[in-house]
Amino acid sequence: MSPVLSVSGVTKTYRSGQIALHEIDLAVEKGEIFALLGPNGAGKTTLISIICGLVSMSSGRVLVDGHDIVQEYRAARAMIGLVPQEIALDIFATVEDTVRYSRGLFGRHAAPGHIDRLLRDLSLWEKRRARVIELSGGMKRRVMIAKALSHEPDILFLDEPTAGVDVNLRRDMWEVVRRLRDRGVTIILTTHYIEEAEEMADRVGVIDRGRLILVEETAALMRKLGKRRLSIMMQKRIEAIPLALAGWPLRLEADGERLVYDFDANAPDTGIPRLLRDLGAAGIDYKDLETSRTSLEDIFVGLVEGRT
Amino acid sequence: MSGLNLRGMWAIYRTEMARTRRTVWQSVATPVITTVLYFIVFGGAIGSRMQQVGGVGYGAFIVPGLIMLTLLTQGISNASIAIYFPKFTRTIFELLSAPISSTEAVFAYIGAAATKSVLIGLIILATATLFVPIRIMHPGWMVAFLLLTAVSFGLFGFLVGIWAENFEQLAIIPSLVVTPLTFLGGAFYSIDMLPEPWRTISLFNPVVYLVSGFRWSFYGVGDVGVGVSLAFVVGIMVLCLALLWWIFRTGYRLKP
Repeated sequence: MSPVLSVSGVTKTYRSGQIALHEIDLAVEKGEIFALLGPNGAGKTTLISIICGLVSMSSGRVLVDGHDIVQEYRAARAMIGLVPQEIALDIFATVEDTVRYSRGLFGRHAAPGHIDRLLRDLSLWEKRRARVIELSGGMKRRVMIAKALSHEPDILFLDEPTAGVDVNLRRDMWEVVRRLRDRGVTIILTTHYIEEAEEMADRVGVIDRGRLILVEETAALMRKLGKRRLSIMMQKRIEAIPLALAGWPLRLEADGERLVYDFDANAPDTGIPRLLRDLGAAGIDYKDLETSRTSLEDIFVGLVEGRT
Repeated sequence: MSGLNLRGMWAIYRTEMARTRRTVWQSVATPVITTVLYFIVFGGAIGSRMQQVGGVGYGAFIVPGLIMLTLLTQGISNASIAIYFPKFTRTIFELLSAPISSTEAVFAYIGAAATKSVLIGLIILATATLFVPIRIMHPGWMVAFLLLTAVSFGLFGFLVGIWAENFEQLAIIPSLVVTPLTFLGGAFYSIDMLPEPWRTISLFNPVVYLVSGFRWSFYGVGDVGVGVSLAFVVGIMVLCLALLWWIFRTGYRLKP
């Protein structure tokens, strides 16, 4: 199956000389929920903005369902819906009018039924005749989503969808996202909340300082999450791991004061009792033991910090 | 999907016209009231002491100039706000992400701005007939000048709106450039009434050609030949189109 979105060799250098993206390659399959994870300023929004036509790329190529976003921009853009990070609305228009406008702008015939359903799904029905200026921040964000979905896009981009969003909206939004996915809509979201990626995404891409440093299935990352870590604080610091313990995958940390052992908590044999016996046999005394969960956060921080 | 995005153009045009309806007082009533004031001051108070200009009563003489004055200022302000406001509120992201070409978007925006200008021009003309008898010698040319000027200055306003980075810059071109040029462009007098060197200097003012051509379509007299006037309006339009073409090609002030 050919990917619905294919990004190859995309770079972006702003006029100021700032390099926002270094050679990004990415393929997203149809119907997938893909999360772009990364710290602020990593290039997530730049990448999305290039795909959606808001920012011009310096080099590279983007295909949306086989359509080049520059040469065949009409076909490419007609398939895309974008909910940007910031709320940007014509505050004097009514909710209904601004959503209809979006559908028209994307070249679709009027479909009152679809717009009505959208407004109901997003709890905007009661407010459909209200002007945007009268709405709360959360309601405005719902309007942004309604506008992005007004032309029934095949790919939906959500840029930091839950930044500053209340619990109800978050729940409704994920509900809408699930329903869209069930209909085969591809969803690409950016976030710097790892839990969000864990909760929703089929695959996660980690972007840092303009480079896509990892793309992996969320499930695979979660398996790594199953790992736990045993930290052994020793009475006396040692220079090196004794030969008697060479068979164990141990790491020496904290200037020789701590031994670290990663193990799979789901495995029938974690190896801990044997390891502790072997430590005693090797004459290593310890004063404290601590186990912890390696989280996606750790993996992520490790990836990002490993590059500094 | 290929070919023209007519629905997209219609969506923009309709939304822009709806904006006019929402601000009907500001958009339509203000120019009408201003025109009536001009009539009272220039046509009534001063005009009654003026002799005829080129065989036309002074009251009637100023009508084409007044319409031009409004057409220019309104055309520029409507079109500049139409594009500046989405930039300011960042709603322009939607336009940039839509499957609509720049040309289509410009047509829709300028179409709406020009429609508004022409409507206002016609309302002023209707208001003027309440004060002075008006005859139109070349109605076809009158409409042509009206449309060409509305479109040209809509395009010019669009350029101003793209260029402007704040509200001050948005206001500076209409108030510091266009209004003086219009007042000095023979809206209220024939440039033949000016002493030298002002008469010659006036010939460098593009508005002179617009007003002159428009007045010719009413009364068959103008400060310059009608062909020259026509060439000027078309020239301005072509210049604006060329600048817009360059802007959309380079993404100047629209796309980072």
